[in-house]
Amino acid sequence: MQPFATFFSGFLFAIGLSISGMTMPSKVINFLNIFGSWDMSLMFVMIGAISVYSLVFHLIKPKLDKPIYEAQFRLPTRLKIDAPLVAGSAIFGAGWGLSGFCPGPALASALTLDERVLTFVAMMTIGMYLGKYVQPLIPKTFYRNE
Amino acid sequence: MSEFEVLKPLIGGMLIGLASAILMLTKGRIAGISGIFEGILMPKSGEISWRLFFISGLIIGGFAMSFVIPERFDLMTNRTIEMIGLGGLMVGFGVHIGCGCTSGHGVCGISRFSPRSFAAVPTFMGTGAVVVYLTNQYIGG
Repeated sequence: MQPFATFFSGFLFAIGLSISGMTMPSKVINFLNIFGSWDMSLMFVMIGAISVYSLVFHLIKPKLDKPIYEAQFRLPTRLKIDAPLVAGSAIFGAGWGLSGFCPGPALASALTLDERVLTFVAMMTIGMYLGKYVQPLIPKTFYRNE
Repeated sequence: MSEFEVLKPLIGGMLIGLASAILMLTKGRIAGISGIFEGILMPKSGEISWRLFFISGLIIGGFAMSFVIPERFDLMTNRTIEMIGLGGLMVGFGVHIGCGCTSGHGVCGISRFSPRSFAAVPTFMGTGAVVVYLTNQYIGG
């Protein structure tokens, strides 16, 4: 049951991404085109997702001592905004605007075997490893959460 | 200019929120796609199988939907393969250093009132908007 629930969560996530239009890079690019012919449709994806998730997170989760299949909830603990967070997010956003893809929709589109999607996923994978090797080189003074 | 829609993005978004909520209530984890995927690339013991199940669901779910609503998988843009490759590299690097992407920061983080996500989301939307503007100027889109 446990693997099925996790698989189902990913499956449902992909259904949501595709119905919403997040799997269409042209729509994503037009959503980010705030300074041009802005298509604000995808703002409603954020509104829909945040309304459902925040209701569950703030109303249902507090009633549970632990998740159904695990001993404890594992949430991010860091709270402070620091330079790596902002710089990394800035670079992510630039790549998002340049390509029209972010990680979820790219993976959900992977089995179309379209060369654009496969190129994106391959280069994203390389970028993640690059991040892993560059991160230790960032001076500790830039971090505010340790 | 793409077609303005409300209902499909809203319903799709609610399903994304529901899927993320299921992962939280069953596994106690944040549905951040980049972080879950990275945990497969850079595995830690005991931390692999649930990530494989989730990402398999995401990939197979997308594959199934590409037959149900193929028009939602229209990948045509004015972006060259070089732009997409460079963009992919920047996305991978950026989400690692910035600890998350549209799902982890944009959906889960904002819903949890995480101060870090409140900084991350306007940052990546802002640089995304600037790069789209500049790219469209360059290629005349």
